Amino acid sequence: MISIFQNYGGALLYGLGQTLLCSIIALVFALIIGSGFAILEVVPNKFFRVIAKIYIEVFRNIPLLVITMFFYVVIPMYIVEISGFVSGTIGLILYSSAFIAETVRSGIQSVDPGQMEGARSTGLSFWQSMRYIVLPQAFRYVIPPLGNQFINLVKNSSVLAFVAGFDLMYQGNVIASDSLQSMSTYLCVGILYLILTLPLSYYMRYLEKKLA
Amino acid sequence: MLTILGAYSWINIRFLLEGAWVTILVSVLSIILSYIFGLILGVIRYVQIKYVSAIVGFLIDIIRNLPLILIIFFTYFGLPNIGFKPDPIWASVIAMAVFESAMVAEIVRAGINSIPVGQMEGARSTGMSYWQALRYIILPQAVKNMIPAIVSQFISLVKDTSLATIIVLPDLMNHAQIIYGQNTNYTIPMFLALAVMYFIVCYSLSLLSQYLEHRIGSSKKKGADEAEIVAQEAQR
Repeated sequence: MISIFQNYGGALLYGLGQTLLCSIIALVFALIIGSGFAILEVVPNKFFRVIAKIYIEVFRNIPLLVITMFFYVVIPMYIVEISGFVSGTIGLILYSSAFIAETVRSGIQSVDPGQMEGARSTGLSFWQSMRYIVLPQAFRYVIPPLGNQFINLVKNSSVLAFVAGFDLMYQGNVIASDSLQSMSTYLCVGILYLILTLPLSYYMRYLEKKLA
Repeated sequence: MLTILGAYSWINIRFLLEGAWVTILVSVLSIILSYIFGLILGVIRYVQIKYVSAIVGFLIDIIRNLPLILIIFFTYFGLPNIGFKPDPIWASVIAMAVFESAMVAEIVRAGINSIPVGQMEGARSTGMSYWQALRYIILPQAVKNMIPAIVSQFISLVKDTSLATIIVLPDLMNHAQIIYGQNTNYTIPMFLALAVMYFIVCYSLSLLSQYLEHRIGSSKKKGADEAEIVAQEAQR
């Protein structure tokens, strides 16, 4: 294992960087899109609610790999040439945004309805009370589950290995076939993934205990 | 238009269904294995056996925080280095079972924790032993609270079987790739078929989970809240 780190350290670190980069980009966009659909799911307008529901159910119930491969295979074939990294990130954004939308929605619904009623009765509009009263309280509830979604996102970013996204998993495969030491290579890759996810996971557990 | 219809010829559909059969086979085998092992590991983690529970808990944390693809690779390409060579179907079943039983174990632990301490104390005071109380009083109530979370875990298991195409498991995803690999005109129809087939399976499972949640809720309002708490706790 140590020889793997010595010989291929640069490639592994590059992969780690790509994984982190992809996860952070995907998190930012998925958070924006997911919160948008979460709000659409609780607006009074039925049409928007149905749209949001369809979006969330579709992307929650289709495997991430199918979404990612669609962007890797179909989009370059008919529309525009995109790299594996970009298609993988787009797939991750769409897939995670559906899960984040569900998380944020449950956060919004865990805020007492009286808060919304009170805000409305002081003369704030629906959007104003959402923005200034409900969402700030909802986000406090959803921070631990959102952290877990981010851990899932980091793990799911390994799907980039399917589409030549040069992430950690992809580099691991290249190194495994180059060094012929599959077992120790995958152990090294596992350690690097754990460096990203394990501290975050324990921190979220701590945070959840503190907030509860 | 004709080429698109050609994609759904009987031969292709049958080929896809053969893939779907492998997907279902692998899913069902891993669901059974991961439920059994998850229950055992979750109980071990809860009952606090000296050293054993701590080690099991740490292993569960490690497996839960690794990508499933890595575990699949490790099983299929890594294990042959120490002389164990599973075929793609067994490699994916083993990998999925290992990963998912860690997930289920966490749900089980959260489920048992959701039962008030008084239940255990009451059972013990009627003269039951610790294990009897666990078996007859705590677990039946805990399982009821765990069901929605476990069903949604199994939904992600079905979706995750698609990742095993990377070790050439002849599943739905793999067969669709073979078809559009032979004729690129079939690409969009194949992705549509994939999306529809996975969606039908997963969405009906998620309706089942909602129905079960509703059943629990109607019999006891508090039960639904507890189930919700279990689902949230299990995520972490």
